[in-house]
Amino acid sequence: MNSMFSPQRIGKQITGSQWLTLLNLAAAVAMLAALYAVFVYAPTERVMGQVQRIFYFHIPSAWVGFLAFFVAFLGGMGYLLRRRRTLDILMTASLEIGVLFSTMVLLSGSLWARPIWNTWWTWDPRLTATLVMWVFYVGVLLLRSFVNEEDMKARYTAVLSIIGFVNVPIVFMAIRWWRTIHPVLFGSQGMSLEPPMVWALLIALLAFTLLYACILLYRMRLECLEDEVDMLRRALEARELP
Amino acid sequence: MDNLVYLYAAYTVIWLIVFAYIYYLSRRQRALQREIEVLKRRLEEH
Repeated sequence: MNSMFSPQRIGKQITGSQWLTLLNLAAAVAMLAALYAVFVYAPTERVMGQVQRIFYFHIPSAWVGFLAFFVAFLGGMGYLLRRRRTLDILMTASLEIGVLFSTMVLLSGSLWARPIWNTWWTWDPRLTATLVMWVFYVGVLLLRSFVNEEDMKARYTAVLSIIGFVNVPIVFMAIRWWRTIHPVLFGSQGMSLEPPMVWALLIALLAFTLLYACILLYRMRLECLEDEVDMLRRALEARELP
Repeated sequence: MDNLVYLYAAYTVIWLIVFAYIYYLSRRQRALQREIEVLKRRLEEH
């Protein structure tokens, strides 16, 4: 099958696309700009000092995690409605990247917490909710690896991606719903940052979003290649049968 | 030292994770492309 939305077609489009090259370039430039903004342009925070600069990659990592799980949520809904393998590929790729960036959030957060809160970890609502979200999605990926039948695997992943997305608003709102030592960035009177810090954060957010887009496309291409291998193996088996 | 070691560690961890994942994707892609070539050749022989 080589319809417009088939994995083979999507895989070839990703591989041969000039847009992917431009996206890679944009991501690289944005990341260099982000590094400049973080380490040169943004001022040193008065209370926490230089270690506060972890913030400029910690927040974008969290943003990409949320975005990735949202894309997986959409992919899951789409798969349950249309049963297209391409949507399963999008969902799986985005889930994996979401777990990756959530891991970065937990680790960078822990490294920031140690000098500031004098602990590597605390059962604070925001941290706990993030850990629960991470464990849930790791579980989804593990479950997927244990199921062999393709449609069943995709359906389980889709349902769990949709259910699991409830974690994202809980993580985001945890610092507003419960008492927490985690700082509030978006308060009722706007952001509690000076303008150069806001700009550095915005550039880092853009850089990470572009990075997510690049990695997502490469990860999807990998799934398309695996599908092609499966298809060729089946064709070979059919030819080799007496 | 203004806790710089934690700053360096955090950025090192982030970049290590990103590059390790990209490296994994790249290696897996090359392996799959090699396998595709082998399978296509075998199909042509049949």
